[in-house]
Amino acid sequence: MADPAAKCNSYDVAVIGGGVVGCAVARRLTLDGARVVLVEKGGDILSGASKANSALLHTGFDAPRGSLELACMQQGYAEYLAIRAELNLPLLETGGMVIAWTQEQQAKLPSILAQAHVNGVADARLIDADAIHAREPALDRRALSAVLVPGEHVIDPWSAPLAYLTQAVANGADFRRRTEVIGGRFANGAWSLDTTTGPIAARYVVNCAGLFGDRLEAALLGDASFTIKPRKGQFLVFDKMAARMLRTIILPVPTERTKGVVLARTAFGNVLVGPTAEEQDDREHATVEQDTLEGLRQAAIAMVPALADVQVNAVYAGLRPASEQKHYRTRRDDERNFLSLGGIRSTGLTAALGLAQYARGQLAQMGLDAVPLAAPAITPVPNISEMAPRDWQADGHGAMVCHCELVTEREIVAAFATPVPPGELGGLKRRTRACMGRCQGFYCSAQVARLSEGHLTPAMAVAS
Amino acid sequence: MSTARHVDVAIVGGGPAGLGAAMALRRAGIESVVVIEREAEAGGVPRHCGHPAFGVREFGRPMSGPRYARALVGKARAAGVEILTRHSVVALEPEGRLLIANPDGALTVTARRVILATGARESTRAARLVSGDRPLGVVNTGALQAYLYLQGLTPFRRPVIVGTELVSLSAIWTCLAHGIRPQAVIAEGDRAVARWPMGLFPHLLGIPVHYNTQVEAITGTGRVDGVRVSRNGRPSIEIACDGVLLTGHFVPEASLMRSAHIAVDRNSGGPAVDQFHRCSDPSYFATGNLLRGIETAGWCHREGLALGRRVAADLSATPALAATIPITVAPQLKYAVPQRLAPGISGNAPALQLRLSEPFSGELVVTSGSRELLRRPLRSRPERRILVPLSNLSGADDPITIRLQ
Repeated sequence: MADPAAKCNSYDVAVIGGGVVGCAVARRLTLDGARVVLVEKGGDILSGASKANSALLHTGFDAPRGSLELACMQQGYAEYLAIRAELNLPLLETGGMVIAWTQEQQAKLPSILAQAHVNGVADARLIDADAIHAREPALDRRALSAVLVPGEHVIDPWSAPLAYLTQAVANGADFRRRTEVIGGRFANGAWSLDTTTGPIAARYVVNCAGLFGDRLEAALLGDASFTIKPRKGQFLVFDKMAARMLRTIILPVPTERTKGVVLARTAFGNVLVGPTAEEQDDREHATVEQDTLEGLRQAAIAMVPALADVQVNAVYAGLRPASEQKHYRTRRDDERNFLSLGGIRSTGLTAALGLAQYARGQLAQMGLDAVPLAAPAITPVPNISEMAPRDWQADGHGAMVCHCELVTEREIVAAFATPVPPGELGGLKRRTRACMGRCQGFYCSAQVARLSEGHLTPAMAVAS
Repeated sequence: MSTARHVDVAIVGGGPAGLGAAMALRRAGIESVVVIEREAEAGGVPRHCGHPAFGVREFGRPMSGPRYARALVGKARAAGVEILTRHSVVALEPEGRLLIANPDGALTVTARRVILATGARESTRAARLVSGDRPLGVVNTGALQAYLYLQGLTPFRRPVIVGTELVSLSAIWTCLAHGIRPQAVIAEGDRAVARWPMGLFPHLLGIPVHYNTQVEAITGTGRVDGVRVSRNGRPSIEIACDGVLLTGHFVPEASLMRSAHIAVDRNSGGPAVDQFHRCSDPSYFATGNLLRGIETAGWCHREGLALGRRVAADLSATPALAATIPITVAPQLKYAVPQRLAPGISGNAPALQLRLSEPFSGELVVTSGSRELLRRPLRSRPERRILVPLSNLSGADDPITIRLQ
């Protein structure tokens, strides 16, 4: 539990919501000299929408032209490439193919290509069936043609936001977890926020509350400018032997409602398929359903038949904070120093760094006056991807704990000693990959429970 | 630091099967026999099965799992077997080359023969595609036993137990011995899969058993708070609990083979072997529950001992793959091990092992081309041992098909 009494409770900016957007905004504002607190109601960052996505770094080739979404995606994409080396973040350069499997889909490819070009993705091009299969020999032969987008890539969706917040904290930001904002007042140029762990004072509030963004707006401003309509996405992850079957991200020809089901490598050497797009009212529960998962598995096998023999390692579901409109929902209230970044549906991972720049610009216009740090601390995060050497390959790691994902005792112990340590099991898994592999903790979970005693709520286990 | 070693035989996995193979090799006079074990101690799964009925045949008396594991390790060491613990094999390469990670760095072991004995594990919630929330408290029996016997921890107090295989009894025993109160046992079929001693065992302990029942969804945010079960058309019911124990549905731990050059059988999930339990790479052999899910620890140990003796003899030959006869099985059969026959059905090759994927009553028919090799009555259920002596298959020249009719 954070100890609010021990810290100064007065900030330039309170960023509410520790998803990927909140983490990126906290980093940007901190580096630009603001005193920032990131407030998260869950036990860890990424406890809402940001924990479950398809882990892609998008070019924005299919984003609405002229939109804030497109601008933020392209700025975010560029900044990710610029900072990833110093923050030790992976990049799996896969390219993506929007594949037409039917004549009807094929008819849509030219307009997809045209939009890509309008959006500045100049290297996108049409390729024929032979080129598709030369690139991806394991792909089913029904593929007719595709728009190849070389700049679509795969990243680690959990290390990236962790790295953003870690750098923010290293440069003076505070992170308050298990802290829910329940109300607040704006008076005399500053907000007094009421939270479940005590008051917070801040001159500005940036609403990055994702699935609860509309409710936060209503709680603080009295009304909400948008309504969150949670959209559930289920995913399924194949074991690592699938990685050799696929390199390029396989994207569907989108429909009106959704970008559709993607088949892609992960930074950890797996292949994932998803998401579904299922509207629901519940903002807390993202259940998986056997029939849907089996449908996803079959959809993946239809694209890459050899996946039929590969074990499913993990299944998950997430809720995307869609709203009643497709575009990002922003609201700026200059009278009350308030900015909402809402309705960030499915491109948030790519757009986060761009949204952070956008937020910085908006707050500057609203009068936030800060001097960028002259020499900010650079804080690389540990590599857990398969694109760089892992800890088990180095001497003195103690012992291998998770044999499926090759996670060492030293990595797990070290995770708890970081500036932003895991607060719940999901957070530990996302930081280290322990229990994320093919046995899902059959062999190692007891030892992980022992190593994590006192650090996680809820605890994995209690004394027997 | 990277070092290289050369040995006669390397055994991957120090459970009952691997230790059995190792001690048999040493007793046959093989000089350098190394067991590579990734855990801190050898002994395998029995290390955390703290209940009796291990070791009656090997040691002449019933022992607890941990005691049996220690006894096997002691016996192997006494026979001159070297055991490397905390050594994880990360890749298998041709010509018996094993890439190994250990706390001090990397190690390469090159062996004239490699015996794979990596065992089996229960299938996960994810692999079963179980519906519902994904809270804490959903574990397999193996993990539960590691919590209790190795760490002194428990992941729940009032679980629902899913499955009725032999391991499910072990799960119930483990729970009760630690003050954990199972709320119910969920059985997919109309009776238990395993031949439970005193078929009503859970009933006698006051644990309700729901037959013809499936898990519809796990519920709970944070921790498990219940399981919804469907009962063949009748309305679903909710069972309050704080955990779910998924038992059985064992799968061989063959991931090293799958990512290497060694052929894996789709049916058994383990490496495809001939009747001598030789893999598709003739330097590699497999034994124990890696061959199939699953048999008892004692069975695996005897399987390992027998393989050790065969490999000792094989060391004086040049490893080569002879032309083989494939064995295919009908869909009602879950698997057949071995998956192919090499020339020379000898007296010391183990029997053909079959298992059903659904209850069956009728005839088992084995043919080779147009020749009928065997026809015998069969009445059995899934997860029960079915053996066909190899002598029945001698003289087969054409592919062998095993059917049920």
